[in-house]
Amino acid sequence: MENGFAAQITGVLAALILLTAFALLVQRRIYGLLHIFAWQGLFLSISAAVVGYSTGLRHLYISSALTLALKVFALPYILYVLIHRLKIQKEVEEVVNIPTTMLIGIALVIFSYHLTSPVRELSTLMTRSTLAVALATVMLGLLMMITRRNAVTQIIGFLSLENGLFFAATSATYGMPLVVELGVALDILIAAFIFGIFFFQIRTTFDSLDIKEMEKLKEED
Amino acid sequence: MTIQILLGVNIIGAAVLAFLGDRRLAPEVNILCSAATFISSVFLATGVYVNGPMLSGGGFFFVDSFNVYLAVLTAFVSMTTAIFSRRYMRYERRHGRIGRAGMRFYHAMFQLFIFAMLLALLTNNVGVLWIAMELATLSTVLLVSLYRTPSAVEAAWKYFILCGVGIAQALFGTVLLYFAAERVVGEGTGALLWTNLNAVAGRLEPTVLSLAFVFFMVGYGTKVGLVPLHNWLPDAHSEGPTPISAVLSGLLLNVALYALVRCKVLVDGATGSHKAGYIMMVFGLVSIIVPAFSLLRQKDIKRLFAYSSIEHMGIATFAFGLGGPVATFGALLHMLVHSLTKSAIFFTAGHASQMHSTQDMSDIKGLIRGNPLVGWGLMFGVMAIAGMPPFGVFTSEFLILTAAMKDAPFLTPFFLLGVVVAFAALFRKVMPMVFGAVPGNQRPLRPSHIPVIVHMVLVLILGLYLPLFLSQWFHMAVDLLQ
Repeated sequence: MENGFAAQITGVLAALILLTAFALLVQRRIYGLLHIFAWQGLFLSISAAVVGYSTGLRHLYISSALTLALKVFALPYILYVLIHRLKIQKEVEEVVNIPTTMLIGIALVIFSYHLTSPVRELSTLMTRSTLAVALATVMLGLLMMITRRNAVTQIIGFLSLENGLFFAATSATYGMPLVVELGVALDILIAAFIFGIFFFQIRTTFDSLDIKEMEKLKEED
Repeated sequence: MTIQILLGVNIIGAAVLAFLGDRRLAPEVNILCSAATFISSVFLATGVYVNGPMLSGGGFFFVDSFNVYLAVLTAFVSMTTAIFSRRYMRYERRHGRIGRAGMRFYHAMFQLFIFAMLLALLTNNVGVLWIAMELATLSTVLLVSLYRTPSAVEAAWKYFILCGVGIAQALFGTVLLYFAAERVVGEGTGALLWTNLNAVAGRLEPTVLSLAFVFFMVGYGTKVGLVPLHNWLPDAHSEGPTPISAVLSGLLLNVALYALVRCKVLVDGATGSHKAGYIMMVFGLVSIIVPAFSLLRQKDIKRLFAYSSIEHMGIATFAFGLGGPVATFGALLHMLVHSLTKSAIFFTAGHASQMHSTQDMSDIKGLIRGNPLVGWGLMFGVMAIAGMPPFGVFTSEFLILTAAMKDAPFLTPFFLLGVVVAFAALFRKVMPMVFGAVPGNQRPLRPSHIPVIVHMVLVLILGLYLPLFLSQWFHMAVDLLQ
């Protein structure tokens, strides 16, 4: 494959990842969130494979497969089971101020482009322009965690943030060393079990997964 | 080989303890594992002391005087905490605050947590350091919510989310660092090894590394508990079981600061300036002043000392940022004495709240009459942590102050303000608890006395006289960090 073509495909995938990050920000239905998250993982996995194919770096195939297994199948499945057991399939979350959130999101994207501009100028890699998208995905995940009030949604925001990090690793550097990637994947998997346990703990202690209930620990005057 | 044994003991310990569960001997096995870890860490340290820095495990581990001293400290405090937790947790178990499954989980996770911290300290790989830091968070998250009260669950959730997000920023920093290093060192694991990175620091791209440092600062800074990233810390410390508060405060914060300092040395080496140091000084100074004033408003005994931990981490961060031999020496000493003192304080504070069945300071009274060890232990602990002269904290704070006077005189008033306000606030809060008559609701208790006494005696000794090997050790570490 020619490098220019591969770069174009990576660009398209970067745009799709950014799009899914925005979609997560405003999606109110819990299953909808899950689907978008799985799509984001799929784009991520394909982008790693494309970069791997065009550069001939074998270990990127492993990270691509790892992403596919973890982000497209395992994590959405775990979340699906949890949602099912918690019986919150039909819940529709109230999302306040969608236009404002979108505007803040756009500002964050511009900010990310600005922040990574010194790195972009240095980079000779074909995927360099995607670093800004990666950082923007991280920031959008953060924004989602701030604006949402449901524990499950917050976790999806967190995982989307993690996707941004992974995209940064493949786009800026052609993937981190394998030891690191495997370790990170393991950490995410452990985290998945922990938030699973958490959902139930929160549910039994607060009767709801709405973290608005959690406001006992505040500084008293 | 020592390193593999050191780390192996904890992993095997975690597995054995998960199997033992709530059996009678579990706390003793926990102590035994921690003691074995401590002994092997001492062997490792003597090796480094005699032969100098060394690589091990095919370059995967790297030990120099900076990280080995923290490894010994980590192993030591985890051993004394294991001794403390034997009586403490049995009391909790007897009074039904924790069940069978809870005990099993507690012991296994305690060992896993120590493993994660030691791995973070000893690894040569920046990526593995990140993984170990995340593992340290994950292994303690469910320990914070061990009591399953609404506030404990809330604290744990906050801890999980805030530290998770924070540490994610550090991973982005790691990616940027790898991006810069790969162009100099070449692709592969080699580009993430501290030893390689430090060797080529001058050739790494300064703009990328400055950007990376911002992410490291936010990421590991969250874990250190620096203001304004500290929100998780008081909650996690006050709601978790006391032995966990003691190791979080005494050890985890140190390990996070270690990661930050390593990054700072690298980044300053690459940029040839003192930019990273300045950022650390600002964060440090804010973290000294803000918690000092928060101390005055606290009602919960463990929350009070959690804020004090933020303040002391601020002092150490400020001193590392300041740089220079005296400040760095002071900061290293400060990490050591703070860790010993603060864990001793948490031990006594934990017993004090067991005696009164509450952590509310207005209900805790007459500790010295009720139980001299707990009362005096808390009193001396607070004297030490507030920076009273015969204790080690005074020495380290004095060194840092001297260095600050010389290098950044305009910042010393702020530094002093924070320290003085904290001093006053701590005494105002603690005096009514330790003195006075024994209230009716106080229950007698057999405290775990050895850990408190050992820690306080060590802090006293370090204040009066610094052993030659320790000062030489610190000097070697200071040379590394220049």
